[in-house]
Amino acid sequence: MIRIANGQGFWGDWLEAPVRLVEQGPIDYLALDYLAEITMSIVQKQKQADANLGYARDFPPLIARIAKRIRESGVKVVANAGGVNPVACAREVRRLAPDLKVAVVLGDDLFDRIPELLTRGHLMKNMETGEPLSAISGSILSANAYIGAFPVAEALATGSDVVIAGRCTDTALALAPMVHAFGWQPGQYDLLAAGTIAGHIIECGAQCTGGNCQVDWPSIPDFANIGYPIVEADPDGSFVVTKHAGTGGRVHSDTIKEQLLYELGDPRNYITPDCVADFTSIKLYDEGENRVRVSGIRGGSRPEMLKVSVSYAWGFKAIGTLVYSWPQALEKAQAADRIVRERLAQLGLQFDEIHTEYLGVNACHGPAAPPVADVPEVQLRIGVRGSDRKAVDRFTRELVPLVLNGPPTATGFGDGRPPVREVVAYWPALLARDEIRTRVEVVE
Amino acid sequence: MRIPLSHIAHARSGDKGDTVNIGVIAFWTEDYEILVRELTPSRVKAYFGDLVQGKVERYELPNLGALNFLLHEALGGGGTLSLRVDAQGKTFGAALLRLEIDV
Repeated sequence: MIRIANGQGFWGDWLEAPVRLVEQGPIDYLALDYLAEITMSIVQKQKQADANLGYARDFPPLIARIAKRIRESGVKVVANAGGVNPVACAREVRRLAPDLKVAVVLGDDLFDRIPELLTRGHLMKNMETGEPLSAISGSILSANAYIGAFPVAEALATGSDVVIAGRCTDTALALAPMVHAFGWQPGQYDLLAAGTIAGHIIECGAQCTGGNCQVDWPSIPDFANIGYPIVEADPDGSFVVTKHAGTGGRVHSDTIKEQLLYELGDPRNYITPDCVADFTSIKLYDEGENRVRVSGIRGGSRPEMLKVSVSYAWGFKAIGTLVYSWPQALEKAQAADRIVRERLAQLGLQFDEIHTEYLGVNACHGPAAPPVADVPEVQLRIGVRGSDRKAVDRFTRELVPLVLNGPPTATGFGDGRPPVREVVAYWPALLARDEIRTRVEVVE
Repeated sequence: MRIPLSHIAHARSGDKGDTVNIGVIAFWTEDYEILVRELTPSRVKAYFGDLVQGKVERYELPNLGALNFLLHEALGGGGTLSLRVDAQGKTFGAALLRLEIDV
Protein backbone atom coordinates (compact mmCIF):
# COMPACT_ATOMS: atom_id res chain seq x y z
CA MET A 1 0.00 0.00 0.00
CA ILE A 2 1.20 3.52 -0.79
CA ARG A 3 -0.20 6.80 0.52
CA ILE A 4 -0.67 9.64 -1.95
CA ALA A 5 -1.80 13.01 -0.62
CA ASN A 6 -2.94 16.12 -2.48
CA GLY A 7 -1.90 19.41 -0.86
CA GLN A 8 -2.85 21.93 -3.52
CA GLY A 9 -5.98 21.97 -5.69
CA PHE A 10 -4.96 25.03 -7.72
CA TRP A 11 -2.34 27.78 -7.69
CA GLY A 12 -3.59 29.90 -4.82
CA ASP A 13 -4.90 27.08 -2.63
CA TRP A 14 -4.16 27.06 1.13
CA LEU A 15 -0.40 27.48 1.70
CA GLU A 16 -0.46 25.51 4.98
CA ALA A 17 -2.05 22.39 3.49
CA PRO A 18 1.06 20.71 2.03
CA VAL A 19 3.11 21.56 5.12
CA ARG A 20 0.53 19.96 7.41
CA LEU A 21 0.28 16.89 5.19
CA VAL A 22 3.98 16.11 5.64
CA GLU A 23 4.00 17.01 9.33
CA GLN A 24 0.79 15.54 10.73
CA GLY A 25 1.02 11.91 9.67
CA PRO A 26 2.56 9.41 7.27
CA ILE A 27 2.42 9.86 3.49
CA ASP A 28 4.62 8.52 0.69
CA TYR A 29 3.82 10.94 -2.12
CA LEU A 30 2.70 14.57 -2.05
CA ALA A 31 0.86 15.64 -5.22
CA LEU A 32 0.47 19.36 -5.88
CA ASP A 33 -1.76 20.63 -8.69
CA TYR A 34 -0.94 24.19 -9.77
CA LEU A 35 -2.16 24.54 -13.32
CA ALA A 36 -5.57 25.69 -14.45
CA GLU A 37 -6.12 26.36 -18.15
CA ILE A 38 -5.71 30.09 -17.70
CA THR A 39 -2.51 29.66 -15.66
CA MET A 40 -0.49 28.65 -18.72
CA SER A 41 -0.98 32.02 -20.41
CA ILE A 42 0.04 33.86 -17.23
CA VAL A 43 3.28 31.92 -16.86
CA GLN A 44 3.99 32.27 -20.59
CA LYS A 45 3.84 36.08 -20.25
CA GLN A 46 6.17 35.91 -17.23
CA LYS A 47 8.65 33.85 -19.26
CA GLN A 48 8.54 36.33 -22.13
CA ALA A 49 9.43 39.10 -19.67
CA ASP A 50 12.14 37.06 -17.91
CA ALA A 51 13.57 33.83 -19.33
CA ASN A 52 14.16 32.54 -15.78
CA LEU A 53 10.44 32.67 -14.92
CA GLY A 54 7.31 30.99 -16.29
CA TYR A 55 6.42 28.55 -13.49
CA ALA A 56 4.39 28.49 -10.24
CA ARG A 57 6.49 30.83 -8.11
CA ASP A 58 4.93 29.65 -4.84
CA PHE A 59 6.38 26.18 -5.37
CA PRO A 60 10.16 26.57 -4.72
CA PRO A 61 9.63 28.41 -1.39
CA LEU A 62 7.18 25.69 -0.33
CA ILE A 63 9.73 22.98 -1.09
CA ALA A 64 12.36 24.93 0.86
CA ARG A 65 9.96 25.03 3.80
CA ILE A 66 9.39 21.24 3.81
CA ALA A 67 12.79 20.12 2.46
CA LYS A 68 14.16 18.81 5.77
CA ARG A 69 10.98 16.91 6.49
CA ILE A 70 10.76 15.22 3.09
CA ARG A 71 14.46 14.30 3.21
CA GLU A 72 13.97 12.63 6.60
CA SER A 73 10.72 10.86 5.78
CA GLY A 74 11.38 9.97 2.14
CA VAL A 75 8.23 11.66 0.85
CA LYS A 76 8.35 12.24 -2.91
CA VAL A 77 6.78 15.41 -4.30
CA VAL A 78 4.98 15.30 -7.67
CA ALA A 79 3.82 18.66 -9.03
CA ASN A 80 2.79 20.29 -12.30
CA ALA A 81 4.41 23.48 -11.02
CA GLY A 82 6.72 23.73 -14.02
CA GLY A 83 4.31 25.73 -16.15
CA VAL A 84 6.14 26.63 -19.37
CA ASN A 85 9.59 26.53 -17.76
CA PRO A 86 10.05 23.36 -15.66
CA VAL A 87 13.85 23.58 -15.83
CA ALA A 88 13.93 27.09 -14.35
CA CYS A 89 11.52 25.94 -11.65
CA ALA A 90 13.79 22.98 -10.85
CA ARG A 91 16.88 25.21 -10.70
CA GLU A 92 15.15 27.51 -8.22
CA VAL A 93 14.15 24.50 -6.08
CA ARG A 94 17.77 23.29 -6.18
CA ARG A 95 19.00 26.76 -5.21
CA LEU A 96 16.70 26.90 -2.19
CA ALA A 97 17.02 23.19 -1.26
CA PRO A 98 20.42 21.98 -2.54
CA ASP A 99 20.14 18.57 -0.84
CA LEU A 100 17.16 17.48 -2.92
CA LYS A 101 17.34 15.59 -6.20
CA VAL A 102 14.98 17.14 -8.75
CA ALA A 103 13.73 15.78 -12.09
CA VAL A 104 11.64 17.48 -14.76
CA VAL A 105 9.25 16.14 -17.39
CA LEU A 106 9.57 17.96 -20.72
CA GLY A 107 7.82 17.83 -24.07
CA ASP A 108 4.33 19.14 -23.36
CA ASP A 109 5.14 22.70 -24.45
CA LEU A 110 4.16 23.15 -28.12
CA PHE A 111 4.34 26.95 -28.28
CA ASP A 112 7.41 27.06 -30.53
CA ARG A 113 6.14 24.18 -32.67
CA ILE A 114 2.73 25.64 -33.61
CA PRO A 115 3.82 27.16 -36.97
CA GLU A 116 5.48 23.86 -37.95
CA LEU A 117 2.45 21.79 -36.85
CA LEU A 118 0.07 24.05 -38.82
CA THR A 119 2.31 23.89 -41.89
CA ARG A 120 2.28 20.10 -41.74
CA GLY A 121 -1.50 20.11 -41.85
CA HIS A 122 -2.53 19.70 -38.21
CA LEU A 123 -5.71 21.79 -38.02
CA MET A 124 -6.10 21.70 -34.22
CA LYS A 125 -9.74 22.74 -34.57
CA ASN A 126 -11.45 24.29 -31.57
CA MET A 127 -13.31 21.41 -29.92
CA GLU A 128 -16.27 23.69 -29.13
CA THR A 129 -16.60 25.75 -32.34
CA GLY A 130 -14.83 23.64 -35.00
CA GLU A 131 -12.71 26.59 -36.17
CA PRO A 132 -9.14 25.73 -37.28
CA LEU A 133 -6.31 27.08 -35.11
CA SER A 134 -4.93 29.09 -38.05
CA ALA A 135 -7.76 31.59 -37.39
CA ILE A 136 -5.99 32.83 -34.24
CA SER A 137 -2.38 31.87 -34.95
CA GLY A 138 -1.27 35.50 -34.62
CA SER A 139 -2.57 35.89 -31.06
CA ILE A 140 -1.53 32.59 -29.45
CA LEU A 141 0.02 33.05 -26.00
CA SER A 142 0.65 29.44 -25.00
CA ALA A 143 0.10 25.90 -26.32
CA ASN A 144 0.56 22.75 -24.27
CA ALA A 145 -0.39 19.12 -24.73
CA TYR A 146 -1.88 17.30 -21.76
CA ILE A 147 0.50 14.45 -21.01
CA GLY A 148 -0.32 11.43 -18.90
CA ALA A 149 1.13 9.50 -15.98
CA PHE A 150 3.85 7.41 -17.69
CA PRO A 151 6.37 10.23 -18.31
CA VAL A 152 5.83 11.38 -14.70
CA ALA A 153 6.39 7.82 -13.44
CA GLU A 154 9.59 7.70 -15.53
CA ALA A 155 10.76 10.80 -13.65
CA LEU A 156 9.98 9.13 -10.31
CA ALA A 157 12.13 6.19 -11.43
CA THR A 158 15.20 8.47 -11.38
CA GLY A 159 14.95 8.36 -7.58
CA SER A 160 14.36 12.10 -7.37
CA ASP A 161 12.82 13.72 -4.30
CA VAL A 162 10.88 16.22 -6.39
CA VAL A 163 9.34 15.66 -9.83
CA ILE A 164 8.26 18.79 -11.72
CA ALA A 165 6.04 18.52 -14.78
CA GLY A 166 4.51 21.15 -17.01
CA ARG A 167 1.03 20.51 -18.39
CA CYS A 168 0.40 16.95 -17.27
CA THR A 169 -3.18 16.05 -16.43
CA ASP A 170 -4.28 16.72 -12.86
CA THR A 171 -5.12 13.04 -12.41
CA ALA A 172 -1.64 11.95 -13.56
CA LEU A 173 -0.16 13.42 -10.38
CA ALA A 174 -1.84 10.63 -8.37
CA LEU A 175 -1.72 7.90 -11.01
CA ALA A 176 2.03 8.28 -11.66
CA PRO A 177 3.09 7.14 -8.15
CA MET A 178 0.91 4.04 -8.55
CA VAL A 179 2.40 3.27 -11.98
CA HIS A 180 5.86 3.73 -10.48
CA ALA A 181 5.35 1.80 -7.22
CA PHE A 182 3.19 -1.04 -8.56
CA GLY A 183 4.76 -1.43 -12.01
CA TRP A 184 1.48 -0.89 -13.83
CA GLN A 185 1.88 -1.06 -17.61
CA PRO A 186 0.27 0.79 -20.53
CA GLY A 187 -2.81 -1.15 -21.54
CA GLN A 188 -3.78 -2.27 -18.00
CA TYR A 189 -6.83 -0.10 -18.41
CA ASP A 190 -8.82 -1.13 -15.33
CA LEU A 191 -5.86 -0.32 -13.07
CA LEU A 192 -5.06 2.91 -14.89
CA ALA A 193 -8.71 3.97 -14.67
CA ALA A 194 -8.70 3.25 -10.93
CA GLY A 195 -5.65 5.45 -10.42
CA THR A 196 -7.18 8.12 -12.64
CA ILE A 197 -10.37 8.19 -10.57
CA ALA A 198 -8.29 8.34 -7.38
CA GLY A 199 -6.61 11.35 -8.95
CA HIS A 200 -9.94 12.95 -9.84
CA ILE A 201 -11.14 12.55 -6.25
CA ILE A 202 -8.12 14.29 -4.69
CA GLU A 203 -7.15 16.77 -7.43
CA CYS A 204 -9.23 19.56 -5.91
CA GLY A 205 -7.69 19.17 -2.47
CA ALA A 206 -10.17 19.60 0.39
CA GLN A 207 -13.17 19.58 -1.95
CA CYS A 208 -13.41 15.83 -1.20
CA THR A 209 -12.80 16.13 2.56
CA GLY A 210 -15.73 18.37 3.47
CA GLY A 211 -14.94 21.59 1.62
CA ASN A 212 -17.80 22.98 -0.51
CA CYS A 213 -19.99 20.06 0.63
CA GLN A 214 -23.76 20.56 0.70
CA VAL A 215 -24.59 17.68 3.03
CA ASP A 216 -25.32 19.24 6.45
CA TRP A 217 -22.38 21.63 6.10
CA PRO A 218 -22.76 23.22 9.59
CA SER A 219 -22.01 19.81 11.12
CA ILE A 220 -18.68 19.40 9.30
CA PRO A 221 -16.01 19.65 12.02
CA ASP A 222 -13.27 22.26 12.28
CA PHE A 223 -13.08 23.80 8.79
CA ALA A 224 -10.21 25.99 10.10
CA ASN A 225 -8.00 22.92 10.38
CA ILE A 226 -9.46 20.93 7.48
CA GLY A 227 -7.46 17.86 6.50
CA TYR A 228 -6.44 17.50 2.84
CA PRO A 229 -7.05 14.14 1.16
CA ILE A 230 -4.90 11.02 1.27
CA VAL A 231 -5.39 7.97 -0.98
CA GLU A 232 -4.20 4.65 0.41
CA ALA A 233 -3.69 2.76 -2.84
CA ASP A 234 -3.33 -0.99 -3.29
CA PRO A 235 -1.71 -2.75 -6.25
CA ASP A 236 -5.07 -4.28 -7.29
CA GLY A 237 -6.51 -0.84 -8.08
CA SER A 238 -8.72 -0.52 -5.01
CA PHE A 239 -8.06 2.35 -2.66
CA VAL A 240 -9.24 4.15 0.46
CA VAL A 241 -9.74 7.91 0.64
CA THR A 242 -8.95 9.34 4.09
CA LYS A 243 -7.19 12.23 5.86
CA HIS A 244 -4.79 12.56 8.77
CA ALA A 245 -6.21 11.81 12.24
CA GLY A 246 -7.07 14.89 14.28
CA THR A 247 -7.66 17.16 11.30
CA GLY A 248 -10.93 18.92 10.50
CA GLY A 249 -13.36 18.18 7.70
CA ARG A 250 -15.11 14.95 6.80
CA VAL A 251 -14.45 12.04 4.46
CA HIS A 252 -17.68 10.19 3.75
CA SER A 253 -19.27 8.62 0.69
CA ASP A 254 -21.38 11.82 0.42
CA THR A 255 -18.32 14.08 0.15
CA ILE A 256 -16.67 11.64 -2.28
CA LYS A 257 -19.77 11.45 -4.50
CA GLU A 258 -19.95 15.24 -4.77
CA GLN A 259 -16.32 15.39 -5.87
CA LEU A 260 -16.70 12.45 -8.29
CA LEU A 261 -19.40 14.44 -10.09
CA TYR A 262 -17.44 17.70 -10.07
CA GLU A 263 -16.65 18.95 -13.58
CA LEU A 264 -17.72 15.59 -14.99
CA GLY A 265 -18.92 15.13 -18.58
CA ASP A 266 -20.06 11.75 -19.93
CA PRO A 267 -19.43 9.47 -16.92
CA ARG A 268 -18.62 6.42 -19.10
CA ASN A 269 -16.03 8.33 -21.13
CA TYR A 270 -13.65 10.21 -18.84
CA ILE A 271 -10.80 10.59 -21.32
CA THR A 272 -7.17 10.86 -20.25
CA PRO A 273 -3.93 10.24 -22.16
CA ASP A 274 -3.57 6.86 -20.39
CA CYS A 275 -7.08 5.36 -20.46
CA VAL A 276 -10.79 6.10 -20.57
CA ALA A 277 -12.29 5.74 -17.08
CA ASP A 278 -15.86 4.56 -16.48
CA PHE A 279 -17.43 6.41 -13.52
CA THR A 280 -20.50 4.14 -13.65
CA SER A 281 -18.33 1.25 -12.43
CA ILE A 282 -17.28 2.89 -9.15
CA LYS A 283 -18.30 1.20 -5.89
CA LEU A 284 -18.07 3.18 -2.62
CA TYR A 285 -18.12 1.76 0.90
CA ASP A 286 -17.89 3.67 4.19
CA GLU A 287 -15.51 1.31 5.98
CA GLY A 288 -14.85 3.54 8.99
CA GLU A 289 -14.84 7.07 10.30
CA ASN A 290 -13.32 9.30 7.60
CA ARG A 291 -12.49 6.25 5.48
CA VAL A 292 -14.18 5.48 2.16
CA ARG A 293 -13.15 2.41 0.15
CA VAL A 294 -13.35 2.73 -3.64
CA SER A 295 -13.33 -0.38 -5.84
CA GLY A 296 -14.74 -2.10 -8.93
CA ILE A 297 -13.40 0.48 -11.41
CA ARG A 298 -13.26 -0.39 -15.09
CA GLY A 299 -11.45 1.38 -17.89
CA GLY A 300 -11.06 1.34 -21.67
CA SER A 301 -8.44 2.03 -24.32
CA ARG A 302 -6.40 5.21 -24.35
CA PRO A 303 -7.21 7.74 -27.11
CA GLU A 304 -5.11 8.21 -30.25
CA MET A 305 -5.44 11.99 -29.99
CA LEU A 306 -4.23 14.06 -27.05
CA LYS A 307 -5.87 17.24 -25.86
CA VAL A 308 -3.97 20.45 -26.47
CA SER A 309 -4.67 23.57 -24.45
CA VAL A 310 -4.03 26.80 -26.38
CA SER A 311 -4.49 30.25 -24.90
CA TYR A 312 -4.76 33.40 -26.98
CA ALA A 313 -5.28 37.14 -26.58
CA TRP A 314 -8.99 37.83 -27.10
CA GLY A 315 -9.55 41.46 -26.06
CA PHE A 316 -10.53 43.37 -22.92
CA LYS A 317 -13.13 43.50 -20.21
CA ALA A 318 -14.05 45.52 -17.14
CA ILE A 319 -16.61 44.93 -14.40
CA GLY A 320 -17.79 47.67 -12.04
CA THR A 321 -20.16 47.77 -9.09
CA LEU A 322 -22.28 50.23 -7.11
CA VAL A 323 -24.47 49.56 -4.08
CA TYR A 324 -28.00 50.99 -3.68
CA SER A 325 -29.76 50.88 -0.31
CA TRP A 326 -33.43 50.62 0.70
CA PRO A 327 -35.96 51.87 -0.23
CA GLN A 328 -36.53 50.64 -3.81
CA ALA A 329 -32.91 49.46 -4.01
CA LEU A 330 -33.56 47.19 -6.98
CA GLU A 331 -35.55 49.80 -8.90
CA LYS A 332 -32.77 52.36 -8.39
CA ALA A 333 -30.10 49.88 -9.52
CA GLN A 334 -32.16 49.05 -12.62
CA ALA A 335 -32.55 52.76 -13.39
CA ALA A 336 -28.78 53.24 -13.02
CA ASP A 337 -28.19 50.39 -15.48
CA ARG A 338 -30.46 52.05 -18.05
CA ILE A 339 -28.61 55.37 -17.59
CA VAL A 340 -25.17 53.76 -18.08
CA ARG A 341 -26.33 51.98 -21.23
CA GLU A 342 -27.83 55.17 -22.65
CA ARG A 343 -24.63 57.14 -21.98
CA LEU A 344 -22.48 54.41 -23.58
CA ALA A 345 -24.76 54.44 -26.65
CA GLN A 346 -24.53 58.26 -26.89
CA LEU A 347 -20.73 57.91 -26.95
CA GLY A 348 -21.09 55.46 -29.84
CA LEU A 349 -19.09 52.78 -28.04
CA GLN A 350 -19.30 49.22 -29.35
CA PHE A 351 -19.00 46.15 -27.14
CA ASP A 352 -19.20 42.43 -27.73
CA GLU A 353 -21.42 42.22 -24.64
CA ILE A 354 -22.78 44.40 -21.82
CA HIS A 355 -23.98 42.27 -18.92
CA THR A 356 -25.81 43.47 -15.80
CA GLU A 357 -26.49 41.59 -12.57
CA TYR A 358 -28.18 42.51 -9.29
CA LEU A 359 -26.32 40.91 -6.38
CA GLY A 360 -28.66 40.19 -3.51
CA VAL A 361 -31.55 39.57 -5.90
CA ASN A 362 -30.86 37.04 -8.66
CA ALA A 363 -27.26 37.28 -9.87
CA CYS A 364 -26.40 33.65 -9.14
CA HIS A 365 -29.64 31.80 -9.82
CA GLY A 366 -31.35 33.96 -12.45
CA PRO A 367 -34.96 32.92 -13.11
CA ALA A 368 -34.62 30.16 -10.48
CA ALA A 369 -34.25 32.74 -7.68
CA PRO A 370 -37.49 33.43 -5.78
CA PRO A 371 -39.01 36.93 -6.03
CA VAL A 372 -37.98 39.25 -3.21
CA ALA A 373 -39.74 42.15 -1.49
CA ASP A 374 -38.10 45.57 -1.01
CA VAL A 375 -34.59 44.33 -0.12
CA PRO A 376 -32.30 46.29 2.26
CA GLU A 377 -29.62 46.76 -0.41
CA VAL A 378 -28.59 45.61 -3.88
CA GLN A 379 -25.21 45.58 -5.58
CA LEU A 380 -25.40 46.64 -9.21
CA ARG A 381 -22.72 44.86 -11.22
CA ILE A 382 -22.16 45.87 -14.85
CA GLY A 383 -19.54 44.28 -17.08
CA VAL A 384 -18.47 44.97 -20.65
CA ARG A 385 -16.26 42.99 -23.00
CA GLY A 386 -14.83 44.00 -26.36
CA SER A 387 -11.80 44.16 -28.61
CA ASP A 388 -11.41 47.96 -28.30
CA ARG A 389 -9.41 48.77 -25.18
CA LYS A 390 -10.35 52.47 -25.37
CA ALA A 391 -14.07 51.68 -25.32
CA VAL A 392 -13.68 49.39 -22.31
CA ASP A 393 -11.59 52.05 -20.55
CA ARG A 394 -14.26 54.70 -21.23
CA PHE A 395 -16.90 52.43 -19.67
CA THR A 396 -14.91 52.27 -16.42
CA ARG A 397 -15.43 56.05 -16.04
CA GLU A 398 -19.23 55.85 -16.30
CA LEU A 399 -20.15 54.29 -12.95
CA VAL A 400 -18.81 56.56 -10.19
CA PRO A 401 -20.47 59.74 -11.58
CA LEU A 402 -23.85 58.10 -10.91
CA VAL A 403 -23.26 58.61 -7.18
CA LEU A 404 -23.93 62.33 -7.72
CA ASN A 405 -25.88 62.45 -10.98
CA GLY A 406 -28.18 59.38 -10.80
CA PRO A 407 -30.75 57.78 -8.49
CA PRO A 408 -30.30 58.36 -4.72
CA THR A 409 -28.44 56.27 -2.08
CA ALA A 410 -25.61 54.98 -4.30
CA THR A 411 -22.52 53.94 -2.35
CA GLY A 412 -19.75 51.36 -2.42
CA PHE A 413 -17.60 53.33 -4.89
CA GLY A 414 -14.58 53.65 -2.62
CA ASP A 415 -12.19 51.77 -4.90
CA GLY A 416 -12.80 54.21 -7.74
CA ARG A 417 -13.17 53.04 -11.30
CA PRO A 418 -12.63 49.36 -12.04
CA PRO A 419 -9.49 48.12 -13.83
CA VAL A 420 -9.44 47.17 -17.53
CA ARG A 421 -8.40 43.53 -17.78
CA GLU A 422 -6.91 41.69 -20.73
CA VAL A 423 -9.02 38.70 -21.70
CA VAL A 424 -7.03 35.58 -22.46
CA ALA A 425 -9.31 32.99 -24.02
CA TYR A 426 -8.89 29.26 -24.13
CA TRP A 427 -8.84 27.06 -27.25
CA PRO A 428 -9.17 23.31 -26.62
CA ALA A 429 -7.97 21.15 -29.52
CA LEU A 430 -6.73 17.64 -30.33
CA LEU A 431 -3.41 16.50 -31.75
CA ALA A 432 -2.16 13.05 -32.77
CA ARG A 433 -0.30 11.57 -29.80
CA ASP A 434 2.77 10.54 -31.81
CA GLU A 435 3.51 14.26 -32.27
CA ILE A 436 4.10 14.57 -28.52
CA ARG A 437 7.57 13.40 -27.49
CA THR A 438 8.24 13.61 -23.76
CA ARG A 439 11.56 13.24 -21.98
CA VAL A 440 12.87 13.30 -18.42
CA GLU A 441 15.90 15.21 -17.16
CA VAL A 442 17.51 15.32 -13.73
CA VAL A 443 18.43 18.95 -13.05
CA GLU A 444 21.81 19.48 -11.37
CA MET B 1 -46.87 15.32 -2.38
CA ARG B 2 -44.62 18.14 -3.64
CA ILE B 3 -41.28 18.78 -1.94
CA PRO B 4 -38.12 20.70 -2.82
CA LEU B 5 -35.44 18.53 -4.40
CA SER B 6 -33.18 19.44 -1.46
CA HIS B 7 -35.21 17.10 0.80
CA ILE B 8 -33.98 14.00 -1.02
CA ALA B 9 -30.78 15.04 -2.80
CA HIS B 10 -27.61 17.10 -2.70
CA ALA B 11 -25.64 18.57 -5.58
CA ARG B 12 -22.37 20.03 -6.78
CA SER B 13 -21.82 22.09 -9.92
CA GLY B 14 -18.84 23.29 -11.91
CA ASP B 15 -17.76 24.44 -15.35
CA LYS B 16 -16.12 23.23 -18.53
CA GLY B 17 -15.82 26.14 -20.93
CA ASP B 18 -19.28 27.60 -21.48
CA THR B 19 -20.95 24.45 -20.09
CA VAL B 20 -22.14 23.95 -16.51
CA ASN B 21 -22.28 20.45 -15.07
CA ILE B 22 -24.56 19.65 -12.13
CA GLY B 23 -24.22 16.38 -10.25
CA VAL B 24 -27.42 15.58 -8.35
CA ILE B 25 -27.07 12.82 -5.74
CA ALA B 26 -29.87 11.06 -3.83
CA PHE B 27 -29.30 10.91 -0.05
CA TRP B 28 -30.87 7.43 -0.05
CA THR B 29 -30.32 5.17 -3.06
CA GLU B 30 -34.00 4.14 -3.07
CA ASP B 31 -34.84 7.73 -4.10
CA TYR B 32 -32.66 7.52 -7.22
CA GLU B 33 -35.67 6.43 -9.30
CA ILE B 34 -37.51 9.61 -8.24
CA LEU B 35 -34.61 11.69 -9.57
CA VAL B 36 -34.70 9.78 -12.87
CA ARG B 37 -38.46 10.31 -13.17
CA GLU B 38 -38.67 13.95 -12.05
CA LEU B 39 -35.46 15.53 -13.33
CA THR B 40 -35.89 15.32 -17.07
CA PRO B 41 -33.52 17.39 -19.23
CA SER B 42 -36.40 19.49 -20.57
CA ARG B 43 -37.61 20.28 -17.05
CA VAL B 44 -34.13 21.33 -15.94
CA LYS B 45 -33.74 23.53 -19.02
CA ALA B 46 -37.11 25.19 -18.41
CA TYR B 47 -36.26 25.75 -14.74
CA PHE B 48 -33.14 27.77 -15.56
CA GLY B 49 -34.91 29.77 -18.30
CA ASP B 50 -32.72 32.20 -20.23
CA LEU B 51 -29.74 31.42 -17.99
CA VAL B 52 -29.17 28.35 -20.19
CA GLN B 53 -29.05 29.21 -23.90
CA GLY B 54 -28.10 25.75 -25.22
CA LYS B 55 -29.35 22.22 -24.74
CA VAL B 56 -29.41 20.20 -21.51
CA GLU B 57 -28.02 16.63 -21.52
CA ARG B 58 -28.46 14.04 -18.76
CA TYR B 59 -26.29 11.07 -17.80
CA GLU B 60 -27.19 8.34 -15.29
CA LEU B 61 -24.90 6.94 -12.57
CA PRO B 62 -27.10 4.41 -10.72
CA ASN B 63 -24.03 3.11 -8.87
CA LEU B 64 -23.80 6.46 -7.07
CA GLY B 65 -27.55 7.16 -7.00
CA ALA B 66 -26.74 10.21 -9.08
CA LEU B 67 -27.52 12.07 -12.29
CA ASN B 68 -25.11 14.32 -14.15
CA PHE B 69 -26.50 17.24 -16.16
CA LEU B 70 -24.63 19.22 -18.78
CA LEU B 71 -26.10 22.69 -19.36
CA HIS B 72 -24.63 24.10 -22.56
CA GLU B 73 -24.10 27.81 -23.27
CA ALA B 74 -24.86 28.68 -19.66
CA LEU B 75 -21.94 30.88 -18.57
CA GLY B 76 -21.96 33.91 -20.86
CA GLY B 77 -19.02 32.59 -22.90
CA GLY B 78 -17.39 30.76 -20.00
CA GLY B 79 -13.95 30.94 -18.44
CA THR B 80 -12.24 34.29 -18.75
CA LEU B 81 -14.77 35.65 -21.29
CA SER B 82 -17.69 35.50 -18.86
CA LEU B 83 -18.93 38.70 -17.24
CA ARG B 84 -21.06 36.81 -14.73
CA VAL B 85 -20.33 36.81 -10.98
CA ASP B 86 -20.75 33.02 -11.03
CA ALA B 87 -18.52 32.56 -14.07
CA GLN B 88 -17.69 28.98 -13.03
CA GLY B 89 -21.28 27.86 -12.38
CA LYS B 90 -20.51 27.06 -8.75
CA THR B 91 -24.04 27.89 -7.55
CA PHE B 92 -26.16 26.14 -10.21
CA GLY B 93 -26.35 22.99 -8.08
CA ALA B 94 -27.80 24.86 -5.13
CA ALA B 95 -30.29 26.58 -7.45
CA LEU B 96 -31.57 23.25 -8.75
CA LEU B 97 -32.14 21.95 -5.20
CA ARG B 98 -35.00 24.45 -4.88
CA LEU B 99 -36.96 22.77 -7.70
CA GLU B 100 -40.29 21.32 -6.50
CA ILE B 101 -40.76 17.65 -7.34
CA ASP B 102 -43.56 15.09 -6.89
CA VAL B 103 -42.84 12.17 -4.56
